[in-house]
Amino acid sequence: MAEFLALSLPPMLIASLAALACALPGTFLLLSRRAMLGDAMSHVVLPGIVAGFLVTGSASGLVMGAGALAAAGLSALMIEVVTTRARMEPGAAMAVVFTAMFALGVVLLEVTGTGAIHLDVEHALYGNLESLIWLQATGLASLTDPQALAGLPHELIRLAVIAALIATALALFWRPLVATTFDATFARTSGIPTRLVMAGLTAATALAAVAAFQAVGSILTISMLICPPATARLLTRTLPAQIALSCVFALIAANAGYVLAGYAPGWLGLSFTVSASGMIATVAGLMLAVAALRPSQARPAPL
Amino acid sequence: MLQALLLQAGYNAALVSIGAALLGAAAGGAGAFLTLRRRALMSDAMAHATLPGIGLGFLVMVAFGGEGRFLPGLMLGAALSAGLGLLCVQRLTRRLPEDAATGAVLASFYGFGIVLLTVVQGVGLGRPAGLETVLLGSTAGMLRADALVIAFGGAVVLVALWALRRPLAMVAFDPGHAVLSGIHPARMDAALMGLVLAVVLVGLNVTGLILIVALLVTPAVTARLWMHTVPGVALLAAMIGAACGYVGAAVSASVPDMPTGPVIVLLVASAFGVSLAARGHHG
Repeated sequence: MAEFLALSLPPMLIASLAALACALPGTFLLLSRRAMLGDAMSHVVLPGIVAGFLVTGSASGLVMGAGALAAAGLSALMIEVVTTRARMEPGAAMAVVFTAMFALGVVLLEVTGTGAIHLDVEHALYGNLESLIWLQATGLASLTDPQALAGLPHELIRLAVIAALIATALALFWRPLVATTFDATFARTSGIPTRLVMAGLTAATALAAVAAFQAVGSILTISMLICPPATARLLTRTLPAQIALSCVFALIAANAGYVLAGYAPGWLGLSFTVSASGMIATVAGLMLAVAALRPSQARPAPL
Repeated sequence: MLQALLLQAGYNAALVSIGAALLGAAAGGAGAFLTLRRRALMSDAMAHATLPGIGLGFLVMVAFGGEGRFLPGLMLGAALSAGLGLLCVQRLTRRLPEDAATGAVLASFYGFGIVLLTVVQGVGLGRPAGLETVLLGSTAGMLRADALVIAFGGAVVLVALWALRRPLAMVAFDPGHAVLSGIHPARMDAALMGLVLAVVLVGLNVTGLILIVALLVTPAVTARLWMHTVPGVALLAAMIGAACGYVGAAVSASVPDMPTGPVIVLLVASAFGVSLAARGHHG
């Protein structure tokens, strides 16, 4: 039990919270045809993280998070400018901006030598879920012991706060968000500031991507922003059911993926574990594949 | 650096510069048609979908007693899994928006690829060191054999593009009219995807799978700011790609710690930035 509390519970909770924080805005991105924004956001944060470190010399989560958020905001702005000024489809604009930002991040890392010491691109891509452990846990009593609880990984608390923030924002702005997502023209004529609402959705995506990126890597972020909402989209016809189901799928993928990564190689008689973030993305993809192969009577109704 | 630009920095460096230029030209040309068909991000999904094939290719070759780092074997695995990823995107697009299908395939294949890379590390057989360079490309000096593969692959794609330039341009410009002229848009799209896949496979060795999409998309959209005909866009995109590939490889060969792929990507991005400032629509 103590071992489970110390080694498995924190990563599973962190993966679950990251999955929720991404799946919530993911539904609206999917419905407004901007699903790839998550892919772009989870790459553009790299130069922000490196610059945050270079400017302050501190590798603390807050500094890097601030740098990442600044980079994400700047990139969202650049994607907007490129889309309108070059009269280009958003997909191509995203590709131009995110590759430029990511390349800048890699060059900064290499040239300053930061890559060798403090930051690791591959770590940022794969995530390092397995290392987020709770050393102070000695048994069930630790769950009520303030001193032991203080030793929980910071990522857990940060992700909990951000997931709660995103859920609250969704609840508060539900009506304008839904109206803008489904019928932007109608929403505009009824006085909803649709550009502001979409910017808010982009901000929520960036926030989720930055928080999840630091804790679990970019691969899990992209997967959780897209796969659970897409799976739910194939199986439901109403928006509340779509959101509830995508959260359920996100949680199942996060926990099943973590357990499979840790134990499945052992069942096959192998003595190592595999990447948890990668396995979670794999499980989410398999869930989508099963839903897509399910014989359907009709095309999914427009929600 | 001048030496490197004038191909005087040694045989290997010259070979890498020429290879990068050919790859840049092939990517720019293919990317012009790809972006005109509005499928820019499809290449991103394809690139990420190569990873499981590379991991499986390595494991299969090790299982048969090899070292696992045999480039053609890895490329074959990459091609098969990227092709499978493309099929998955097409199947999912029947019931989901295309961008969601693209992203879902990208994330799932990439995730599974990373699982396989950790399996490769865990098994501890063969010579997996450096297998992760497929993510970001080779940062240090490239082997002569790799440079030859890149130059040859780039040249083959360029020749194929030249041969198919008319039907590709017609489909990109007006699919309906192309049908009247006896061209199958679906077949041309498949041929285009095949060429893009070839660029992705060759490009893996230079820029890595995350940044290859920049070589396909950025020169093409830059060219679109200057040119207004399909052949004009394709030609200018190929020239931008070639110039940036060439200069980028020379810079990274002569300045220490400059990774080849990211430098090339920053060069094409600068070309786009300048073009946007000069030719973008205002207001």
